[in-house]
Amino acid sequence: MEKFTALEAIVAPLDRSNVDTDAIIPKQFLKSIRRSGFGPNLFDEWRYLDQGEPGMDNSQRPLNPDFVLNQSRYQGAQILLARENFGCGSSREHAPWALLDYGFRVILAPSFADIFFNNCFKNGILPIVLDAASIDRLFAEVAAHEGYRLRVDLEQQQITTPSGASLTFEVDPFRRHCLLEGLDDIGLTLQHVDAIRAYEAQRRAEAPWLFRG
Amino acid sequence: MAGKTLYDKLWEAHVVRQEADGTALLYIDRHLVHEVTSPQAFEGLRLAGRRPWRTDSVVAVPDHNVPTLGRERGIEDPIARIQVETLESNCRDFGITVFGMDDPRQGIVHVMGPEQGATLPGMTVVCGDSHTSTHGAFAALAHGIGTSEVEHVLATQCLIQKKMRNMRITVEGELPHGVTAKDVALFIIGRIGTAGGTGCAIEFAGSAIRSLSMEGRMTLCNMAIEAGARAGMVAVDQTTIDYFAGRPFAPQGALWDQAVAAWRELHSDANAHFDREEVFDAAEIAPMVTWGTSPEMVVAVDAAVPDPAEEADAVRREGMVKALAYMGLTAGTPITAIPVDKVFIGSCTNGRIEDMRAAAAQIRGRRVAANVRQALVVPGSGLVKQQAEAEGLDRLFVEAGFEWREPGCSMCLAMNADRLEPGERCAATSNRNFEGRQGKDGRTHLVSPAMAAAAAIAGHFVDIRKEGK
Repeated sequence: MEKFTALEAIVAPLDRSNVDTDAIIPKQFLKSIRRSGFGPNLFDEWRYLDQGEPGMDNSQRPLNPDFVLNQSRYQGAQILLARENFGCGSSREHAPWALLDYGFRVILAPSFADIFFNNCFKNGILPIVLDAASIDRLFAEVAAHEGYRLRVDLEQQQITTPSGASLTFEVDPFRRHCLLEGLDDIGLTLQHVDAIRAYEAQRRAEAPWLFRG
Repeated sequence: MAGKTLYDKLWEAHVVRQEADGTALLYIDRHLVHEVTSPQAFEGLRLAGRRPWRTDSVVAVPDHNVPTLGRERGIEDPIARIQVETLESNCRDFGITVFGMDDPRQGIVHVMGPEQGATLPGMTVVCGDSHTSTHGAFAALAHGIGTSEVEHVLATQCLIQKKMRNMRITVEGELPHGVTAKDVALFIIGRIGTAGGTGCAIEFAGSAIRSLSMEGRMTLCNMAIEAGARAGMVAVDQTTIDYFAGRPFAPQGALWDQAVAAWRELHSDANAHFDREEVFDAAEIAPMVTWGTSPEMVVAVDAAVPDPAEEADAVRREGMVKALAYMGLTAGTPITAIPVDKVFIGSCTNGRIEDMRAAAAQIRGRRVAANVRQALVVPGSGLVKQQAEAEGLDRLFVEAGFEWREPGCSMCLAMNADRLEPGERCAATSNRNFEGRQGKDGRTHLVSPAMAAAAAIAGHFVDIRKEGK
């Protein structure tokens, strides 16, 4: 996993609540057996005017000029500003894969759906929960200033606005550590092989019906 | 000292080790696998030179991509075919049990698991699919995971987790005629919202829940994720235990007795503490129909499409306006005046035998209405299909103008050929009415199987409480 320490980048606002994982990456793109290449189909149904299918040349497709990511002022955005319950719906990790492949490393929202939130951390994306008033203020500032950028510092757990104002945010210490170091969860867990084996032996004795063969 | 909730008990029984900050390694008893969220996990294992920790804990089945017609021709979509073949070759290479497309046990992973007894009370159950919450109906701790976690569970038999909060939703009383577990689920989501259970494990309790069959409890727990809760669960009672007798993966003989004794402890203590509680009266629940693009956008069948002008919150109001535009609906339209173009009966929410029976019972010698272009019935598994056919339900459906298909996820998410065309309106027994879920620009109304079948016959939504008593 790619480390995340700090980032200063353009912010793109997605002003709707309950953005679901079907909207983030529609199902026809889940047929891929790869982890990469989902970026061109991020928000496919909002972003393009035609019906997207795997294998299309996305550079030739008609763009929806009304969709925020198609507006020139948000090109190169790496921070997504979102509304409540972002990432609800399915567990598809293709959603964070698509966001990451597009270039997003930070998502700011008043709340996230649990599975999506968890999946972000496994892929080097930092989802940050801010209170609703702060989110509202950021939406207003992004709208008012073209080229609006934020600096997000995970080490300091701090967001700095262009005017120099700062916001602090909470993040789970274990997840912060993994992101800062780019750590592989499986490698960490396998440091506890003996504990897993011991648990398993005890469980096998107590509840043998859970073990076949 | 406060007692323990069912979730507390399930959690504590599976903690391998715990850090001071509460981050725990949680042992996983059952890992269900399907073709869409597993290929990258198996590839990750290969790249790291790892093997699955315990192959006997894994059961795999292709369900999302499989065709529901013309199976003898295989899968025509080459990309979908590669994904299903990849699942089969991964299972072969790693020694994992898989029920392939030609196996009568094949079906939607959340129908197949309990049906085989692969899900048992007291287990931790995971799958790379958010509707894994279904299995909580059996007092299991069951939730969806992402593909990175699929790989993690394959490699270590554990998940890195923090404990969720405890929430209890109690529904007391007798469910009125025509009201099913699906309506209870939609009613609850309408009340608490799609983020109402975020961060929580929900226990469903109360006399209305206890009176549900296992199929009904699965429908309810299935929809816990649509209320934002990764896990939903129901305590063990005799209904739970009776379900497992004779199932292939369930224990037998002396082990059965030992297991049943342990299962009987799987309930919340009387003095258990819940962080959140909601109590509803069963008598208030009506057959429900969603009108928007989120499961919380739902009303009773005898209500009308709501008016955004009456919503005080600006973000919510804007969401309602967008939803009505997408759905092609006008505020104030009675739900029963909304015509449907297609009907879909099936999915991990409502693809079990009881659902097939409830839908068939609405036919009563009538036919699908002329304005309904397609009414699909997709059993949740090969065994559900066999049972339905043994009861003659397939003939009832076909004679009435429904199509009787092979098992799979089908039009719930339209990864295979079953889908809505732009602008088509569907009465669906599935779980999500998101934009584009059943096909780009398709319009989904979530309902129970009986309500879907009744809509197919009338050509529009009908209040099933008013007919066929």
